[in-house]
Amino acid sequence: MTPVADAADREWSRGFQLRVVQEVLLALLASEPSYGYQLRARLQLALGPLADSLNAGQVYVTLGRLEKAGLLQSKRVEQSERPDRRAYALTAAGRARVGEWLRDTSWPKPAPADFHLKLVAAAAAGLADPVRLVDAQRHALLESLAAAQRAALAEPDESAAGLLLEGVVLRLQADLRWLEACAGFWSRKESR
Amino acid sequence: MIERVGSVLRARGLAKEYGTGAALVQAVKGVDIDVAAGETVAVMGPSGCGKSTLLHLLGGLERPSAGELHMGDTRLDGLGEHALARLRRTSIGFVFQAFHLVEELTAAENIELPALLAGRSPRAARARAQELLEQVSLLDRARHLPSALSGGQRQRVAIARALSNEPQVVLADEPTGNLDSAATLEVLRLLEELRAFGQTFVIVTHDERVAATADRLVSMRDGDFVEEMRLSHGSAGRLGELAGFEG
Repeated sequence: MTPVADAADREWSRGFQLRVVQEVLLALLASEPSYGYQLRARLQLALGPLADSLNAGQVYVTLGRLEKAGLLQSKRVEQSERPDRRAYALTAAGRARVGEWLRDTSWPKPAPADFHLKLVAAAAAGLADPVRLVDAQRHALLESLAAAQRAALAEPDESAAGLLLEGVVLRLQADLRWLEACAGFWSRKESR
Repeated sequence: MIERVGSVLRARGLAKEYGTGAALVQAVKGVDIDVAAGETVAVMGPSGCGKSTLLHLLGGLERPSAGELHMGDTRLDGLGEHALARLRRTSIGFVFQAFHLVEELTAAENIELPALLAGRSPRAARARAQELLEQVSLLDRARHLPSALSGGQRQRVAIARALSNEPQVVLADEPTGNLDSAATLEVLRLLEELRAFGQTFVIVTHDERVAATADRLVSMRDGDFVEEMRLSHGSAGRLGELAGFEG
């Protein structure tokens, strides 16, 4: 899938970018046309506390970009006492792109190789004690886990954002279990 | 609100050995630990590292082979059997992985038990149980038998039971070990509330989710503490990144 890129947009953007924001916006428009603020509200609901770290302008910038690429079209809706709004609707090309996204099974890559090689290299060169490196990493991941866990605890039952946070929590937990295995391996190696 | 100052639990050189000669096993090799009032300490480590034995020592369920153990102003390691049993009943709450509820008794009756065993009147025990059922949000399950409750609910009943006599410290052994992800969240939510009220916990756990919500984390290996970290509970700044946002 080739993202519709616009280098200038990256210049002023601050905060976090949502990797799949183009696809999500197109998919949200699949059932009916919407205004930008409605799309943004639906994203915010799905992301819960994580929406705070999302770049505020990204939705509008992306909508403009998608329109330029012919994946959606917009029309100006006049309002009597407020500035005009823009309603966005999906084009046939946009609909095809949504279908492609839904069928795509690629998965963001976890990165154990990076850390594994750091440990191997540190041990081989005698640069640092791998067990200390594991401990430091574990500390950092536990802090992240604590933050994610607290955010999950603050979500009401059956909240979609709570489900997202559970995903973050369980993934960190898996990483921490692997670090436990790393600590075991390298401390056995040292005592030999 | 429970108000306490200073150290609730203090151990120096606490050790436990089993067997003799070639069959000698040093389950806990002389550890020092201080648990402050209102603090939650998590103890992690691989199976067989001695963490459950440590918890049993701290709770007076087993006698140490060496070392000192203080709870507040009381020295536990020298207490007689009788005094130790009384202290266990009134000052320490226990929570176990397998809940250990009495299957023939209702949720409310299970929670009343420790108060009755500590010599409180049936009326006072019942009133306390009602209070605790409300605190763990299970008033509507008061008359249910444990078998009619979900895993998360059973553990919440067990936690309520542990609080019956307003213990100085609650010792928990793998409190989420038998629970799925959703029930774990239920129990974590409850522990978080109790901590906000100043309850002190020592929790032995395999579950990183439980460990991450503690104030302090002690790692054990081969009967010894190998690492100790204080969790800052700081910013949620990297959450977006962890969820898949790009910086």
